[in-house]
Amino acid sequence: MIRRALLWLDARTGAAPLVRKGLRYLFPDHWSFLLGEVALYAFIMLVATGIYLTLFFEPSFGETTYTGSYAPMQGLPMSEAYRSALELSFDVPSGLLMRQTHHWAANVFVAAIVLHMIRVFFTGAFRKPRELTWIIGLLMLFTTLLEGYLGYSMVDDLLSGIGLAIGYGVALSVPVIGANLALGIWDGPFPGSTVFESRMYVAHVFLLPILIATLLAGHLALVASRHHTQFRASKRATQRRIVGMPAFPAQTPRSLGLMLMTAALLFLLGGLVQINPIWQWGPYETYQATNGAQPDWYLGWLIGSLRLMPGFDLSIGDYVLVPNPFWGGALFPLVVLGVLGAWPWLERRFTGERGFNNVLDRPRDAPGRTAFGAAFFTWVALIFISGSADRADVFLGLDYESQIWFYRVAVIVVPLLVFFVTRKVCAELQASDAIEEAREAAEEEAKAEAVAA
Amino acid sequence: MRRLWQGLLAVLTLGLGRRRERRRDEGEGDSGGGRGHDLVEPGPRNPGTELGVAALFLLAAASAVAFIVVYSLERFPAQHELFGVTLAAAFGFLGAGLIVLARRVLPSEELEEDYPEEEHVEAGIEAATIVEESGRSITRKRLLTAAGGTAGGAIGLAALTPALSLGPWFHTEPLRRTPWRAGRRLVDREGKPYRAEEIERETFYTAFPEGASHRTLGSMLVVVRLDPARLRLPRERADWAPEGILAFSKVCTHAGCAVGLYRKPTYPPTQPPPGLVCPCHYSTFDPALGGEVVFGPAGRPLPQLPLAIDGAGELRACGNFSNAIGPAWWGVNLEKPS
Repeated sequence: MIRRALLWLDARTGAAPLVRKGLRYLFPDHWSFLLGEVALYAFIMLVATGIYLTLFFEPSFGETTYTGSYAPMQGLPMSEAYRSALELSFDVPSGLLMRQTHHWAANVFVAAIVLHMIRVFFTGAFRKPRELTWIIGLLMLFTTLLEGYLGYSMVDDLLSGIGLAIGYGVALSVPVIGANLALGIWDGPFPGSTVFESRMYVAHVFLLPILIATLLAGHLALVASRHHTQFRASKRATQRRIVGMPAFPAQTPRSLGLMLMTAALLFLLGGLVQINPIWQWGPYETYQATNGAQPDWYLGWLIGSLRLMPGFDLSIGDYVLVPNPFWGGALFPLVVLGVLGAWPWLERRFTGERGFNNVLDRPRDAPGRTAFGAAFFTWVALIFISGSADRADVFLGLDYESQIWFYRVAVIVVPLLVFFVTRKVCAELQASDAIEEAREAAEEEAKAEAVAA
Repeated sequence: MRRLWQGLLAVLTLGLGRRRERRRDEGEGDSGGGRGHDLVEPGPRNPGTELGVAALFLLAAASAVAFIVVYSLERFPAQHELFGVTLAAAFGFLGAGLIVLARRVLPSEELEEDYPEEEHVEAGIEAATIVEESGRSITRKRLLTAAGGTAGGAIGLAALTPALSLGPWFHTEPLRRTPWRAGRRLVDREGKPYRAEEIERETFYTAFPEGASHRTLGSMLVVVRLDPARLRLPRERADWAPEGILAFSKVCTHAGCAVGLYRKPTYPPTQPPPGLVCPCHYSTFDPALGGEVVFGPAGRPLPQLPLAIDGAGELRACGNFSNAIGPAWWGVNLEKPS
């Protein structure tokens, strides 16, 4: 039966050799290699739940009055977008489940990408011949951030509006062309014209998902063509020989299992753990703002950078050149993207290493990279944490302004400390490894001598 | 429910019976020596585990059915949660079944092979040579490259040109426009004019221009009353705050959020003076100093609107803002708002 089907297919497509090769494609085994897979499966969940949401959501700033079943908002004027999102949540059976699962999937998607990226960085998996895979992954991460931002922005609740106001401020702050850029994107001064909602919508459900899917395809194609990296788990795993489990039958059911488990986790979160309760924010009015609402976690680093920046616009006399939001809202993420994107080549310049790498480093094997990575991560993480200083003020009673001054110093000092401490720790670990190896070698020798005697 | 169980049991027994039989066939085939070698290493034999896997699969099916049942019921309070739990259980059991199947029943062989060839130098050089040799008959290579590049660039620009219709890219004067004019009354959300006597200390009010949209950034104001003796306004704004009533643009000059917090000192001698605070990034503006930035990332003061109290005791604008409202852009301070 299977034979006949495959031979039928092969006669028409010539696929049999490819299928045979594909079934025996080898996957080196390590738990940390699953992070990328989780990201992939979260993306599939996003597409699936997202398509469902588009069947109900009305992307329109057109004004209407709420008449749905959520009593506190009865008779409130709002946009069609917000009304339909409320209706989806309250009046469409399983609508709330799909919306919350979609939102959770977005959070898990970005988290999985970031963890995957950290794993790839600290094991040196980005080195030749996999620099392009790394770059594509980075582009995917940043596309995803924009995608997530647009997702909660187009609902047109108060949180959406505040986020968009900040996005508008950052767009305006771009040197030279900022004003033109913001007016072009929003079709006029903030809050923009009604077509702006259509623009967000087509970007969120069409342009960016297709871009992400294309990058994803390229990412996976490159992984497959160069094969996966591996740890030196056994003597057989070398730069030239790959050791792993075949795609079929070992890897496929495991991976499908992981996909289903990811789906299960996301549906469980979507069903049991409330996320973005849009009915609590209310419709957006430009004159309203609130400090209780927090954006999704993956924008926290930008909130932090916008808040930490000391208050100045770069100006000559009265001529403003670079308004403040540019530093935290545009330059900071671009610097992070630039440094991470350039890292494979920067590292090669430092180490002078030009060869092919299929075997992964343990973090201690490359003290320079590990120290830099730890410092860089600390820098971004501190800026991220500083974005929650207002929460610390409310819940712990720590004075906000003092905290900000603390972070302004800490983001410079602490990464430097982390750099030197990490490098030292790596060196110590390497030294203890060397002692261990020497001891083992000596013991072998002693044993051999004993046998000889 | 009873019938459901009976059905499940029937499926279970049928499935197990069939499987056992097939295994016997395979065993006979092997002993007969029909195949010379195995392409796949024989997996561990775990008939008990297979039962468990089948049970997990059936649990997944039962959960999926439960989801359908929950869906088909009338709305009830915990329905949304049950949607999530049943669907998660369906996927979770199926996933768990697959993972157990992979680890305990199917072969998990560890194989090795060579990594793909690192480089294809010969093919690369040949491909480059094909391209190079294809152009051998061209005598004016530079001219053609330049002309072709020009065509490509021009067509690219032409293709981008329709994007200019997206918005008023080059007409930035709307950014400076506000609806405030001398004599315009300050009204609340419902359109009721504010009277000076209604404005109290230690709180703040949101005001809009009478008869204009409330949605534009240039319209909304935050109004506070301070002790006139404590005002330290710039000299040219000496008469902008009658009775100590001050009006500022409600749009933060940092990133455009509404300045929605008013910090008033509960214990004036020891606490900082009143401040208008933006809840997005905590830029803090001192109304007594005419909106100067006293903390946070904002780079420009909050624009102040000159006020007057008319004969009826109502608040009116005496002109436009002191400087451009909203987040800054390249050259924002060159012109005053209009």
